[in-house]
Amino acid sequence: MKYFHLIWAALFRSKTRTLLTLLSVTAAFLLFGMLDSVRVAFNSGGDVAGANRMVTMSRLSITQMLPYSLTEQIRAVPGVKKAAFAAWFGGIYRDPKNFFANFSVSPDYLDLYPEFKLPASQKKAWLEDQRGAIVGASLAKQFGWKVGDTIPLQATIFPTKGSNDWQFTLRGIYSVDDPKQKAQERVLFFHWKYFNEANDYVKGRVGWFIVQPDKSASADKIAHAIDKLSENSDHETKTQSEAAFNQAFAKQFADIGLIVTAIMGAVFFTLLLLTGNTMAQAVRERIPELAVLKTIGFSNRSVLWLVLGESVLLVVLGGVIGLVIASVLVPVVSAASGGLIQLPGMLPQTWGLGLLLMLAIGAVVGLLPALRGMRLNIVDALAGR
Amino acid sequence: MKRFFSSLLSLVLLLAALAAWIVLPWQLVLALCAAIALWMVVTRSGRLAREATKIGIASLPQRWGASLVIVVGIAGVVGVLVAMLAMGEGFKATLNQTGSDDTAILLRAGSQAETNSVITRDQAPLIGALPGIAHAKDGKPITSPELSQVVNLASKNDGSDVNVQFRGVGPEAWALRPQLKIVQGRKFTPGLREIVVGKGAQRQFRDIAVGKQLKLANQQWTIVGVFAANDSHDSELWTDADVLGPAYQRQAYQSMTVKLDGKRGFKQLKAALAADPRLKLDIATTHDYYSKQSEALTKLIKILGTVIGAIMAIGAVFGALNSMYAAVAGRAREIATLRAIGFRGLPVVTAVMLETMLLALLGGLAGGAIAWLLFNGYTVSTLGNNFSQVVFQFKVTPELAWSGLKWALGIGLVGGLFPALRAARLPVTEALRAA
Repeated sequence: MKYFHLIWAALFRSKTRTLLTLLSVTAAFLLFGMLDSVRVAFNSGGDVAGANRMVTMSRLSITQMLPYSLTEQIRAVPGVKKAAFAAWFGGIYRDPKNFFANFSVSPDYLDLYPEFKLPASQKKAWLEDQRGAIVGASLAKQFGWKVGDTIPLQATIFPTKGSNDWQFTLRGIYSVDDPKQKAQERVLFFHWKYFNEANDYVKGRVGWFIVQPDKSASADKIAHAIDKLSENSDHETKTQSEAAFNQAFAKQFADIGLIVTAIMGAVFFTLLLLTGNTMAQAVRERIPELAVLKTIGFSNRSVLWLVLGESVLLVVLGGVIGLVIASVLVPVVSAASGGLIQLPGMLPQTWGLGLLLMLAIGAVVGLLPALRGMRLNIVDALAGR
Repeated sequence: MKRFFSSLLSLVLLLAALAAWIVLPWQLVLALCAAIALWMVVTRSGRLAREATKIGIASLPQRWGASLVIVVGIAGVVGVLVAMLAMGEGFKATLNQTGSDDTAILLRAGSQAETNSVITRDQAPLIGALPGIAHAKDGKPITSPELSQVVNLASKNDGSDVNVQFRGVGPEAWALRPQLKIVQGRKFTPGLREIVVGKGAQRQFRDIAVGKQLKLANQQWTIVGVFAANDSHDSELWTDADVLGPAYQRQAYQSMTVKLDGKRGFKQLKAALAADPRLKLDIATTHDYYSKQSEALTKLIKILGTVIGAIMAIGAVFGALNSMYAAVAGRAREIATLRAIGFRGLPVVTAVMLETMLLALLGGLAGGAIAWLLFNGYTVSTLGNNFSQVVFQFKVTPELAWSGLKWALGIGLVGGLFPALRAARLPVTEALRAA
């Protein structure tokens, strides 16, 4: 640490070069920060610590509905603590561009989702109103909804009395604290009982079940027992953990992890070359100076560390600035998209991975110049040979 | 102060030039290149610029490390940009090729997508009797009542469940989609549990081959053929609608595809639908119906690709600036000598700029070539409008390659200008004296 000012001075020996290199590093890590938070947002659906919920849905197809009568059978399976159900509604608010998920649920649905914070009075009001609905805070903010408002939805699948117009009264607004789960605030829930009575097509059918197993019970055994209930019927089910289901679903859109990795691979490869070139130049220019350092008693090893320190400092400095800009920009992007894109902000894991990458890149690009500095022969270097 | 303002002025001019560059069509670019070439051949200052450029380029190999930074940096930007846009382009092309202007699809009013739609069995003959629908030689209307069921199949990559469209079609479906050709095996026999599969589905999902059995809806189905349509139907499985319906306990159809009778058919049919209170249906030509499905995703990819490309481009600009400043500093004596013997500012600026642009061009070509080699025709799939997979291929079109090159040259322009100005302003005496 006592050599810090020496490294610092060496770094800013050529201001233009260092500044330009720093800005390149900053751009690279800005991109990394933003892309990584996209990746996290995409891959963390329903991955709530300690929730260990399971989803039971039709084995045949995601659009196939299941009989309501399964509810009690599932609740009777040993090891099942609670089971609720939901059904996809697919309503549109004013314009198809305003897409958000909306589904009808059983009254006990929220009991399985303790992370959805709904004030007790609003919850009571919702449960008492047959046509009541609740929405997440992000959604309410986007459309300026207040409790008591009437929300018209245009049905795409289920007409009611020959018309596509459904109306709900907003009875509550819930919020989700976990920044990774903010996307869960873009849902509208209403009562399945009302859906079942009012729609023209399906009666006594639900979309999927959410099952909460007992803490001690084996999830695999329960999943097997639930799927056994409907074996060889026309509504065979498939039960899996909520996290596995969400991940499989997200992957059907695109393998975001792979795309992000590919892009960042190209970016960091370019960055390696660029900072490597800068460091090589910096050391080449300073060979006489390094020789002087050695003459006045710096060991070979300290010269190695000085150059390595310089390159690591360069990359870390640029990288941290990039990540800081990303952490400012990410919430701005979320806000500018009108709530359509819900990025979690910069998470500790992104910072961790970023810092690790900075150290690695700094070390790799510094190594060759540092070795050159270490192996320097004082006499040759001073003589300019 | 004077220097500050001239830098500011050049920055503003640069931004204006970049903006003009982005919208410049290729004919004008060609004309611009020709004009510069002419200038370099005909005028005296042009000839001087040519000589200065030659000297600069001849010394490039000595600075290969720094030059490589420019080439690779720009290749990275162009490669990522072109690859991302090629993904959007491929998706768009697949859906735009699906459907045609002389067939129309009818869906229940407000349903937006086939998955959500219902057309009851008693509505089907009513639709067939409407005006505007073409008739076959035997006098029957050319219509295909269809049913599409989303089924789970295992993906070839990792065996995870993916949603696939299992379409039941009427006997006229083949006539309504003439682009669809059987490439292996035969068509399914109506009334039997036989399936033909699209070639995209065959490539992306497990256990899909002619002669194999598939278990769907707890029944065994035999795959008897493979078809190719080069559009989004390639991602589907097809069978007889009257076999698919009972297998999934579906009494109603979901959509009706009809052949339109001439140019006025669509209007006639639309008017007739509006006049019939028994038919609350939406109508669109199949071309419109499918192209609309690609809009949102294509737009998203375009925005994402441009933003990522722009951030990378900023990084590459700094890299290029760095290398070119170093090049100018390294050749300070050489440049000062040139100026001392009568090379004016313009030839010197042109020389440095042209050198950067050449490196940028190399980078752009390399990036475009890499994107083309790695990704052109690369097959992927995503979840489309009907909750099911649409298989499509990356498409590196000449337009995309051209816009990639434009980005590359734009980066070269910015990265070269300031070092070029510095070279032109180099105080001759000091530079000559410096060791």
